[in-house]
Amino acid sequence: MITVAHYLILAAILFSLSVAGIFINRKNVILLLMCIELMLLAVNFNFIAFSRMLGDTLGQVFVFFILTVAAAEAAIGLAILVVLFRNTQSINVDELDEMKG
Amino acid sequence: MIATITFYVFAAVLLVAAIGVITARNPVHSALFLVLSFFQSAVLWLLIEAAFLAIALVLVYVGAVMVLFLFVVMMLDINAARLREGFTRYFWLGIAVAGIVVVQIGHVIWFRSEGLRFLTRPESYPADFSNTRELGSVLYTEHVYAFELAAMLLLLAMIAAITLTMRKRPGLKAQNVARQVAVRREDRVRIVSMDATKD
Repeated sequence: MITVAHYLILAAILFSLSVAGIFINRKNVILLLMCIELMLLAVNFNFIAFSRMLGDTLGQVFVFFILTVAAAEAAIGLAILVVLFRNTQSINVDELDEMKG
Repeated sequence: MIATITFYVFAAVLLVAAIGVITARNPVHSALFLVLSFFQSAVLWLLIEAAFLAIALVLVYVGAVMVLFLFVVMMLDINAARLREGFTRYFWLGIAVAGIVVVQIGHVIWFRSEGLRFLTRPESYPADFSNTRELGSVLYTEHVYAFELAAMLLLLAMIAAITLTMRKRPGLKAQNVARQVAVRREDRVRIVSMDATKD
């Protein structure tokens, strides 16, 4: 029998995998963006599972808005990435130190 | 029974795809693994009767966001080997952090669950229940301002992405339609009178 706890555990594993991905691929900006998408997916799992457990549609409305914001974030992030690559010919995080802050 | 098997199969493929995303050597492979994980998630959401969001996930993520990712990955000429320096050094750190996060969240879920409510299956909806109608009936009434705000956000993102990536390239051979339309006969045609000649 599949319970809410199954979904929560699955989301926890997915979230931690994406955290590990951010640590492992911390030089590649594209992979960082992909890991953030995975994180948002894991969070959406939690929202949907709790929405079903409590019988409240609000959680699913929230997921709807998270999807919207994630799409906007991906579009702007990739646009910034394209401009960055055009200017520096690289997407390595280590080389983004021109401002020397 | 079938639901249980479906859950485990799709959850396993989802986790394998997620591992593929973070360990693949080629960013294109990572993006394709991410597409796979979105498909698996959509099926898992269908299983828990969130039908509208499952379809929206496939349409929005697989149809739009991941195509954008693939487009950018293939457009940029990336030296992947250079970006993977220090992969093994940070691999174990990443695994350790992931383990800590799993233990923490698992602890909260298993030991601090409110009674045993987590361990019950949410009751199924009747056959004529429409998840989309349910969602729409609150989205367009109670949350209509948030909905309009989301629309504005998407417009803003579109304008921002276009203005960020648009550039004027010098020496580009393009038509100027306004000048083409506005041209007069006198600008192009010159009548010369020549004497007739005989060879």
